[in-house]
Order: sequence, then C-alpha cells, then structure tokens
Amino acid sequence: METFIPSPQGIPWLSIVCVIAPLVSAIVTLFIPSGNDNAVKMWANVASFAIFLGTIFIWLFAGYDPNNPAYQLGEVAEWIPVLNVDYRVAIDGLSLPLVVLTGFLTWISIFYSTRVINYRVKEYFFLFLLLAVGMFGVFIALDYFLFYIFWEIGLVPMYFLIGIWGGARREYAAIKFFLYTLTGSVLMLLAILGIYWGTGSFNLVTLPGLMQNSEVFGANGNFLVKSLAFWAIFIAFAIKVPLFPFHTWLPDAHVEAPTAGSVILAGILLKLGGYGMIRILMPLFPDTFNAYWIPIAVLAVISIVYGALVAMAQWDLKKLIAYTSVNHMGYCMLGIAAAASTLDRGPELMESRAIALNGAVFQFIAHGLITGALFLLVGVIYERAHTRDIKQFGGLGAVLPIFYGFMAITTFASLGLPGLAGFVSEFMVFRGAFGVGLQAQPILAILTGIALLGIVFTAALFLWKVIQGLFLGTLNEKWANLPDMHAWEMISVVPLVVLFIFFGLYPAPILNLINQGVVKILGMMS
Amino acid sequence: MNTNVDWLQRSLAIGPELLLMLGGLVVLLVDMWLADDDHPLLPGLTGLFMVGALIWSFVPFIPGMGITPGTIYGMFALDNLTIFFRVFVLTSSLLVLALTTVYIKGRTEQTGEFYSLLLFITLSVILASAANNLIMIYLAFEFLSLTSYIMVGWLRDDVRSNEAAMKYLLYGAISSAVMLYGMSLLYGATGSTNIAEIAAVFANPRTEIVGIFNLGITAAVLMMVGFGFKVALVPFHQWSPDAYEGAPTPVTTFLSVGPKAAGFAIMIRVLTGALGAQTESWQAMLSAVAILTMVVGNLTALAQTDMKRLLAYSSIAQAGYILMGLVANNPADNFGIRAVLVYLLAYLFTNIGLFVSVIGFEQATGSTTIDDYRGLIRRSPFHAMAMVIFFLSLLGIPPTAGFLGKFLVFGAVINAELYFLAVVGMLTSVISAYYYLNVVRVMFFQGDEEDRPLRFAFPLQAVLVITLVGTLLMNLYPTPFLNLIGEPTNLVTQLFGQLPF
Repeated sequence: METFIPSPQGIPWLSIVCVIAPLVSAIVTLFIPSGNDNAVKMWANVASFAIFLGTIFIWLFAGYDPNNPAYQLGEVAEWIPVLNVDYRVAIDGLSLPLVVLTGFLTWISIFYSTRVINYRVKEYFFLFLLLAVGMFGVFIALDYFLFYIFWEIGLVPMYFLIGIWGGARREYAAIKFFLYTLTGSVLMLLAILGIYWGTGSFNLVTLPGLMQNSEVFGANGNFLVKSLAFWAIFIAFAIKVPLFPFHTWLPDAHVEAPTAGSVILAGILLKLGGYGMIRILMPLFPDTFNAYWIPIAVLAVISIVYGALVAMAQWDLKKLIAYTSVNHMGYCMLGIAAAASTLDRGPELMESRAIALNGAVFQFIAHGLITGALFLLVGVIYERAHTRDIKQFGGLGAVLPIFYGFMAITTFASLGLPGLAGFVSEFMVFRGAFGVGLQAQPILAILTGIALLGIVFTAALFLWKVIQGLFLGTLNEKWANLPDMHAWEMISVVPLVVLFIFFGLYPAPILNLINQGVVKILGMMS
Repeated sequence: MNTNVDWLQRSLAIGPELLLMLGGLVVLLVDMWLADDDHPLLPGLTGLFMVGALIWSFVPFIPGMGITPGTIYGMFALDNLTIFFRVFVLTSSLLVLALTTVYIKGRTEQTGEFYSLLLFITLSVILASAANNLIMIYLAFEFLSLTSYIMVGWLRDDVRSNEAAMKYLLYGAISSAVMLYGMSLLYGATGSTNIAEIAAVFANPRTEIVGIFNLGITAAVLMMVGFGFKVALVPFHQWSPDAYEGAPTPVTTFLSVGPKAAGFAIMIRVLTGALGAQTESWQAMLSAVAILTMVVGNLTALAQTDMKRLLAYSSIAQAGYILMGLVANNPADNFGIRAVLVYLLAYLFTNIGLFVSVIGFEQATGSTTIDDYRGLIRRSPFHAMAMVIFFLSLLGIPPTAGFLGKFLVFGAVINAELYFLAVVGMLTSVISAYYYLNVVRVMFFQGDEEDRPLRFAFPLQAVLVITLVGTLLMNLYPTPFLNLIGEPTNLVTQLFGQLPF
C-alpha cells in the first residue's frame, strides 16, 4: 500500500495554503503604509479568513481521502542534497484536524484582536500571520530538518507578541518563554543530528523503518544512546506540552500574553508538543518509549492532579485557566503513555491503546476549542473591569447574563460535562488507559484511578472559583454598570462554543479522521 | 620546458594576490598625487582592485578552468581551502570598504593610506590562509598583525583607539613570540618547515620511539597561543574587547571576520596537516579551549552594556563554536572542517550585517550604548528587524545562516560522539539567547516616545541588504554556498602535491 500519496495533479495545496499564503499575507502587511491601521486590520482579517477557508478546502475538496491512512497531498522537493534534506510536506488523519484547528483559531484570534489591539497594529498582525506559518509548518512537515525549522519559526513571533502587547511583567514572561522553549529545541537538535548519523535520513516517512534497521537505534541497539536521544526529544516536547515539571513558563506566558496570544498559545502551541510526541517520538522510538512509559505516565498524572490543585489555589482568573491547561494536557500525556505502555500484544489490547491515543488527539482539538473560548471570555471581562482578581467579582450573573451563559457552558465543557467535547476526549483517555491497565499493566490502572481525582478537582474549581466567584453572591457595586458582551465578542466566541457542543454530541467526523492516523502510528510501533 | 609559460601560469594562479599587492601600491601613489584626501577615486580604485581579485578568484569555478590542487614552491598552497578563503576575505573586505567610505569622513585625514592598508590586510589574510610552510605562516601572520595594529590605532587623536592599538600590539608581540618558539621546536624535531614534510616525519612510527612525537604536542600547545590570539580564544582573548571598542568601527568589523578566518585557516593547515599524527592530543586540548571559550565568552557577554563590547564577547563565544568543528573533525571526510567553513561564511554575513547596523546607529547618534537603542523599531523599522534576524542567526535560530552553521558544527560533534562538548555548546548557546535578546528587548519593548527617524547613508543600506539576503539565503537555499566549499576529497587531502609546473 502506498504510504505517501502526492497531491493530485501536482498542485501544492499544502504549501499554498499553509506556508505561502500566511507568509505572503504577513509580508504584505508590512508594506501597507503606516497610519492605515484599519487597512492592516481589514487585510489581516480577510487573509486569515481566506487561509481558514483554505484549510477547509484541503480537508474536503482537495482530494484528501479520509478513509486512507496514508500521508496525502504530499509534496517533495530536493532542498539540501549534500545533507539529504528535502522539502517534504503531507497530511494524514493525525495532522489534518490540527491544520484546520490552526486555521480556525488563527482567524478567530485575528478577528478578536481587531477590536482590542490599537497599539503598533502593523507589527501585531504581521507577527500573528508569521506565527501561523510556523504552526502550520510543524503539522505538515515530514522532514525532520524542516520540522525543526518550522518549530523554531513559531517561537520568535510569540516572544514578540508577549513582550510587546503583554501585561505588566511581559518582558520577563517573554524571555522565560523563549529560553525554556529554546532549551528544549537545542536538545532536540542534538538528537536530530544523532538520528541523522544513525540512519542518514531526515525523512519522517521512512525514518521509523530506518531506525529499526539501524545499528544504534534498532531493537538491539545501544540502549544508552537511544535513551539519550529519546529524552532529549521528549524534553523538547514536554516543555511545549507542558508536562510537569517543565510547565513553569506557562502560567507566566499565559497571564502576560494578550488575549489572542493566550488563545493561540493554549489552542495550538501546546499541541505542537503533544503532536511531536505522537508523530515523531512514538514511531521513531517505540521500544524506548515503551521502556519509559511508567515515569511518563507518572508525570502525566502529577500534571493532572497538581495542575488542578494549583489552579484551584489561584485568584487570578487567567492564571487559573493557565493551570487548567497543565491539567488538561496531562490527560493527553496519560493517553499517550497508555498507548506506549505495551507494544503490540494482540488485538484486544490494540483497541484500548487506540482509544487512549484517539482520546489524547481529540483532547488536542477539544482543549483548543474550549480553552480558546475561555481565554476569550477572560479577555471580555478584563477589557471591562481591568482586573482579573476573582475576589473582586461576584454577583455578575445579573449584570452580564449573556457573558454568564457563555462562561457557564464553556467551564462546563472544560470540566468535562457529558455532551460537550471535553467529556468525549477525557472519557476516551480514561477508557483506553483503564482498558490497557486492567488487561496488561496494573500500574497504569492505579495511575488512571489517581488521575480521576483531577476531574473532581477541576469540577470543584470551575464551579467554586469561576461560577460562584464571578457570577453568584453579592455584587460589587463597582461593576453594576458593566456593559454585557458586544456582538463582535459573541461572534468570536460563538463558533468555538458551537463546535465544542457539536463535537461533544457527534465527534464521529473528527474521530474517524484521527483514528486513521492513530492506527497507523500504533502500527508503526509494533 | 618553456620558462616563459611557466612564469605566466604561476602568476595566473596567484593573480588575486598580485592584484591586491599592486592595488595597495597604486592607491598609495595616487593618494600622493591627489590634493583632496576625500577624493572618491581612492575608495573607487580600492574597490576596483578588490572586485578584480574577487572575479579572478572565481576563475577556478569555471568548468574546465579548475585547478589541480598543489603548492607553489611548497610555500603557497593552491587548493579549495585557499580558493574559499580568497572569496571569503575579498567579500568581507568589499563590504568593509563600503562601510569605511561612510565612517571615515571627518574622522581622520589620512584616508589614502587607510585604503591601501585595507588592500594589504586583505592580501595578508589570503597569504596566511594559503601558507603551507612554517616560515610563510609566520610571515603572513606578522604581516596581518602589523597591518591590524596600525588600523586599530588609526584615529590618532582618540585616546581609546591608541590604547586599543597598544594593548593589541603588546599581546600580539608576546603571543607571536611564543608561537615562533613552538615552530622552532617543530623544525628542531623534524628538520623541516614544510607542512607536508613535517607530517611525513611524524607519520613515521619510529619517531615515537625517539620521543620526537611528543615534541609535536608541545609545539602544538605553544603555537596555539599565537593561533588563539588571532582568533580570540579564551584564555588569549583579553585584548579583543578593548581593541573592538577602541578601533574605528569598520576596522572592528574586519577584525571580527578577517583575522579570525586566517587563524582558523592556519589551524586547519597546521593541526590537521603537520600534526595529523597527534590529532588525538590536540583535539583534546582544543576541546578544553572550546568549552572554556564558549563558557567565558557567553557569561562575560551577559554583563555588557556597550554594543561593541557585547559583539566582542559574542565573537569570542562564536569562535568557540567554530572551534568545535575542528575538534570534531574526522580526517576521513573532513566534515568538521567543512562545518567550520560554513560557519565562518554564515558568521561573515551575520556579523558584518550587525556591525553595519552599529555603524549606522553610531553615525546617526554618536552612541554605541545598548540602552540608546531604545525604541529603534520606531525610529528605523527595517534596521531593527534586520538586527533581529542577525541576532537570531548568531543564536542559531532558523531560517538563518547561523542555524546552518551551528547545525553542521554540532553535526560533526555528535558524529564524533563528543556528547559532553555538544551539550555544553548547546547550553551556552541558550545563555547567549539572553544577551542577544536583551538588545532585541531594548529595541522593541522599550521606548514609546516618538523619536526622529534615523537615516542611513546609501552604502550602509546596500551592505545591510546584501548581508541580510546572504544571511537568509544561506539557510533557505544553501547549495551554492556549499558548492563554494567543494568536495571533501578536494579540500585539504590533496594538499601536499606539487603543482604540475
């Protein structure tokens, strides 16, 4: 069976939509004469919406076959022949939903920013579109060298977005974000080089096989070298996820970033780490991943429980949500660890592993939508009250009924209420992890049991801190005259809400897509 | 054999060097004839000779005109390494020339001599990188040093310029004396000053019994003092921040690129050539030097408040990364050396680009203090964005030339399984992010007041654009740059044969 299917008629749809369009849009922004802020905003909105439509086009009309697990719409061009580096991009069931999510959230973020950002407008939208290049690129790259380049390109615009348009401690948060991520990246770079010398290739399509056959990295290879390379890459991705104890940059970055920056950070950038784990680490280091699944699962469970507990201790609304990201991404990591906890041992185990990994990838989407909406809603209240201190609020339910409604449904989604997208992914992760645990790995069952505490804690913190703290109780008279949500704010949030309700009720379209990719990855591992 | 043809062929082979020497003399003479010191004929002529030499340097790349690697009288090696450094140095000299025309106006009256010296220093770097004999190496080395001293102290009425030249001279004199002692040991041990002959003696297994072998290691240590001084490796680096700060900025620009390249070229020839048999010993020594250089250079840079001093420490640290390529070189494929060359080329574009920005800023504001770069994005957006790209390149973030350089150098290190060195290199490069981005922070995150915009003179704009394009292109389309370095087998392995004439 063909594993890498070129784009039909050789039209490079992926490059056009995901690389050239955002890059050209960004550069065009720079050439709009200064002073025309409205023109810049208009252009950024049109461009990002067109790019979003482009990703939809790729999904539905460009000849992508959702029932084929192969890499599709592929493009290959020779780049640096001396090093055997190619420009190689394609998508499969794993990356396609994330590409569409990136297009969607980029558009939503730019739309929301239109009204909020009035300072250094041109730079802002330039950087936002540039950021899209990096994020798209990571999801479509199938050459490790190219992957790394896109990975790093995403880093720089975010640094500026936090540092220029952020809150009071923005300079600290920006450099912290940069240094943390860079530390991870440089470690990964060393591992990439190690893999290159071991296999002579950067090609992520053939690397899983080459790794198995290589002297150093194969099943009978040097375990020390394999472990070093594995952990170097793992840390790079774990910092991005972020997995405890590599998460400390996240609260700072989230709190200081502008609203749209937080949306992208939580919605896409965190997913890059989890995506890398599944796309690169699992197929390239199946037995090493398997050997270390326990510490990884333990870290995941700590992230889940600790993230929820620390979130509960916060009185800054944005910081609270930032810590719930640590908790939610912990579920992804638990699902990934569960999928890696056994190498193929028969179909009954395969099913649970696939469910766990599907849950993890679905959590990428669900968390992107839900937390994106949450950060937008925090932005809404912050724009009005200029504070995020929960203690100062209370009784807002009567003053801001629409906001209350949006906030309520989004927090319910975030705490995993059945019928909303968060429930689907968390249920699948737990179902998969328990399944694997009960059938083969008792430790995993115990760890999953502990992780269930996280669900309880998140429910408690959202109901107590957010719902009760903001909307119930006595009203602080200061806020008696706050205006409710404007139409344009609702336009930004409604699509997210609609989608997480829709996918909560009917996740099949996305799950079918993801499942193709997940089964392929698990097949590569065995 | 017809002697006339013989003479002609030889001259053609070293045409660029002859042209540069001629140019230096012509510019001096013309300067005497001209009453006006600011006459555009001087830089014009200088540029003309450089362009001529650069074009001549590309002749071997024309199909059918390729040279057979070899040496001229055993003194001047003609191989890919020489050709690479010719192109390298001439490119940097041309860019520096463009900067000089803007910078020098109103600062000094002796402009003619300066242009002439620029041609001579270019020549000296090429000679040093092509030298195939210890005597020749020493002469070229001194030629380079003497011209550098004069150029650093060019601003006669500026105390800092004088101080810088004096420090540079004192350090230089001592280190070349130590280096000369190392060379004399080599000569004593092997009875030859020719690199190939020295290598042949050491390759003979009998020498180890006689104990001469270890003399080679001692010589390597002593000579490293001289090489380390030129390249500014720790602990021979103390001169460089003062010299960088005090020297006229175009000279600083050249110092950060030209002599460094010459130093690495000599190291490549002497260490992998003459002392190939002692590879293990000198690689261990260089490994320690590289670690020291990266750690000290990067940590000291953290505390700098002056842009030129910051770049001085940054360039010390960068030399540490370049050195790693040599440490990890594998003689079988010379991957490490090729990585060194790519890194040097990346460094050429990046560093000259940065210095252009510094000169432009200095011309407009008279300041080189980092804090004065506050709000540069408002005053000169293109300039500020270019500087960000250069800093990212020094940091090794794609898509920039610096990334390709770091990628290859670390590739060599990983291939040699020097994991500790690799991790130190990577972690220190994370440290460097802090001080590079500190400048970016000042330029972008601070200073809201609308300052008057900065205007750059045309030559500065041009150099900025050239270096920026070079910096980006080297990563986005590296093939032509890699071709410049050539096939590994042609690089230095056939270094020691005689030319056929």
